[in-house]
Amino acid sequence: MYTPHTPDERRAMLAAIGVERMEDLFADVPAKYRYPDLKLPPPMSEMEVTAEMQSLADANLTVQDFISFLGAGAYYHYVPAAVDHILRRGEFYTAYTPYQPEVSQGTLHAIFEFQSLVCALTGMEVANASLYDGATAVAEAVNMAYHVFRGKRPKAVLSPALHPQYLATVHTYYDASDREIVVPHEGDPTATPDALLDAVDDRTSLVMVQYPDFLGRVYDLSDLAEAVHARGALLGVAVNPLALGLLKPPGDFGADIVTAEGQPLGIPLSYGGPYLGLFATRKKYVRKMAGRIVGESVDTRGQRAYVLTLTAREQHIRRARATSNICTNNALMALAATVYLGLLGKDGLQQVAALNYHKAHYAAQRLAGLEGYELAFPEVPFFNEFTLKTPLPVAEINRRLLDYGILGGYDLSQDFPSLDRHMLIAVTEMNSKDEIDLLATALEAIAREAAA
Amino acid sequence: MSETTIREPLLVELSSPGRRGVRFPEADVPAAAVPEALRRTSLPLPELSEVDVVRHYTRLSHFNHAVDIDFYPLGSCTMKYNPKVNEDMARLPGFAHIHPLQPEETVQGALAVMYYLQEYLKEIVGMAGVSLQPAAGAHGELTGVLIMRAYHRSRGDTKRNKILVPDSAHGTNPASSAMSGMRVVEIPSDDRGNIDLAKLKAECDDTLVGLMITNPNTLGLFEEHIEEVVQAVHDAGGLVYGDGANLNALLGIARFGDMGFDVVHLNLHKTFSTPHGGGGPGSGPVAVAQHLVDFLPGPIVEVVDEDEENGPTYGLVMPRHSIGRVKAFYGHFGVMVRALTYILSLGGEGLRQVAEDAVLNANYLRVQLQDTYHIPYNRLCKHEFVAEGRWEDAPGVRALDISKRLMDFGFHPPTNYFPLIVHEALMIEPTETESKRTLDAFVAAMKQIAREARENPEVLHEAPHTTPFGRVDEVKAARELVLTWFDWPQQG
Repeated sequence: MYTPHTPDERRAMLAAIGVERMEDLFADVPAKYRYPDLKLPPPMSEMEVTAEMQSLADANLTVQDFISFLGAGAYYHYVPAAVDHILRRGEFYTAYTPYQPEVSQGTLHAIFEFQSLVCALTGMEVANASLYDGATAVAEAVNMAYHVFRGKRPKAVLSPALHPQYLATVHTYYDASDREIVVPHEGDPTATPDALLDAVDDRTSLVMVQYPDFLGRVYDLSDLAEAVHARGALLGVAVNPLALGLLKPPGDFGADIVTAEGQPLGIPLSYGGPYLGLFATRKKYVRKMAGRIVGESVDTRGQRAYVLTLTAREQHIRRARATSNICTNNALMALAATVYLGLLGKDGLQQVAALNYHKAHYAAQRLAGLEGYELAFPEVPFFNEFTLKTPLPVAEINRRLLDYGILGGYDLSQDFPSLDRHMLIAVTEMNSKDEIDLLATALEAIAREAAA
Repeated sequence: MSETTIREPLLVELSSPGRRGVRFPEADVPAAAVPEALRRTSLPLPELSEVDVVRHYTRLSHFNHAVDIDFYPLGSCTMKYNPKVNEDMARLPGFAHIHPLQPEETVQGALAVMYYLQEYLKEIVGMAGVSLQPAAGAHGELTGVLIMRAYHRSRGDTKRNKILVPDSAHGTNPASSAMSGMRVVEIPSDDRGNIDLAKLKAECDDTLVGLMITNPNTLGLFEEHIEEVVQAVHDAGGLVYGDGANLNALLGIARFGDMGFDVVHLNLHKTFSTPHGGGGPGSGPVAVAQHLVDFLPGPIVEVVDEDEENGPTYGLVMPRHSIGRVKAFYGHFGVMVRALTYILSLGGEGLRQVAEDAVLNANYLRVQLQDTYHIPYNRLCKHEFVAEGRWEDAPGVRALDISKRLMDFGFHPPTNYFPLIVHEALMIEPTETESKRTLDAFVAAMKQIAREARENPEVLHEAPHTTPFGRVDEVKAARELVLTWFDWPQQG
């Protein structure tokens, strides 16, 4: 199938090498380890494997089968058809990292565009060629800030309203190292950004918040930025990039680092990955930034051309002293985001962001009016996701919602015991008014039945 | 120097105000106002039609070399063919459109994909447990180092902080160790390309966390003293970490677990045929021996209920002493679907054929080229080998020139200047998916280049000649740092 040699060719090649049998090529492997009996199924034809995988796929219910209000870090959005058609070009997806610029200008051009678009969106000056996801992007922000101060400010102060899986990732990376990870009010994401400041001192390199935060709330970060800078630390902001079609970019608040989960920009849900880590910062910190960076230059024929630059930061050059260990990144997903933003452009991104905003606000207003339900933060602005207090445990409500064909919002008590009966509801351009109304009807009926 | 010419404009140069490539439906709900202080006032994105965008990226794609176009013998990267059916399977709506936080009973098919892949990978490397969460090889390395440290600490053994790494190792090995706060000590190689056993033993003390070792190593050589190496590390109370980047040579041939390794990461984007995507996404599952199973990052998939009639029910479970999660959600699921499709397509015998043909192809090239190019550790190799790109009688020619000249023959160059222990290294990994015809054409090109190096070195220095772009000025790029189109001087 994927190994083209005929038996005759194999014999000819073995003879050319000067050995008799294939086994002779493995004479250096100790005999007692050689040729284990692998208990794997027998090979399948393409017809059989397709049927097998199709049956596994059919065992899942998709967000197309349901009406979905589930978000919490991964969102169901419309992906224009052209995005995947570009991604399916073998010239892009079967290429390696563009180390040889003469035969990689397609990838390099696209990464330069990606970097430019990320800066346009975030209001920052430089961006890398991508990281794995939103969680590891925050971990790299902690690492970069540590290096900006050459380890003299070992503390990172993270908001308790960051995505709990991002916080967990940062803890895993650094808890046993010499970096101090401090999460004031950890476990209580209802804390507001100003509640972080008590923990910020002259040993703090980074203060990291999320915008909108995990509970969907959007705060003006101007005062926070000022206070953080007054203490000499950097401000990092993890964003939902789609929200930046409508909301003020972190660069305007004075953020020093912006990270994001790029999945909303044209990447399918795909059960959690592969997604896309975005990372942008100020130009003065570019030499401390993790990941690949493409720069503009010229080739020997006088053509404008692109090339990986500042590689002395990276592991293949600097090894143990590199800014990060990252090598493989999520380049193809960065291409997806680039094509997505290229297709939508200014008007399209504004329109889809506005649709998310309007529909979520319609939903919030509908649900807040239901008996037994109320908004957890009625005074705080939000984008496409908000927290609803419910009269019953969320798990119970969600079980009942499945009967209505509705995938309910995220049960916040899974991460925060104090947020028992709090549901995080995401509404995107994929949800029609009728669907929102059905959710309202269903929630009302579920509460009524429980009360009866 | 004349004016710089533009072969293909960038999005921003193709932009016309008011144009757009996608329209969304009009809102069916009332508009809500955005508070003034939070409202964005300008959004500097380009404006293009769908035709503009599709043609632009199609034209750009023509500037790339790729596995689908021709031979890509990039050492250490395993640029094998990426089967098309894998792409289709990952895009089945039942996989592409499921949310990672859906109730487990609604995603049993996805959990089964992960469970099967976990089981098959465990079997292939001979380990007791695996986590599919790490996003790439380096991420798997960091995970593995964290697991080793957690293991020592769980035993109250807190003074261990040293990781040993051979000088032939991938740069990610020391970088991952350093990132987790470990001290890295490099061990030299001996004159047969093995790790220097005496030097290794001298560093095996009670501060040792473990050894990170690639086997076959980056010279493409199977570590001849692997049993003694493992023994020495274990005798000092350390653990042995296997960098599975070169697993393609050992599929069905030998298993890390049987050789006594404690931890190993795999690269689904190398060994298991998932595409490299121009730099990613990868997937770097970490497999461990029994004594480390409880430390794996999670959640991982387990059978949570066994019902004779309806079959098993799968669930997401956090290992008991888990180091925690290393990213959001469960890993690169779409990559896992591709890898499982590949394993099911090949089965056990197909996987062994992969390793055999990969090693056959590498040795065939090595033997064909050994009289033309100096191969410093010239013995039976595994999936790759390293030649020197220099000759005494062609003093001005470097490995880079050879690489660039290869492009004129339609081939991607080998890996240059790695491993660091070979001068002017050309690291060649053909993979199993290349035919004898392709290999012979590559040999012919390499021999012609060797002749040109003596007779007409200019043709090498000025190469490539037939590619859409010539050599790119890296110094200018690093000096001027134009990293976005906002850095252009006349941006207005």
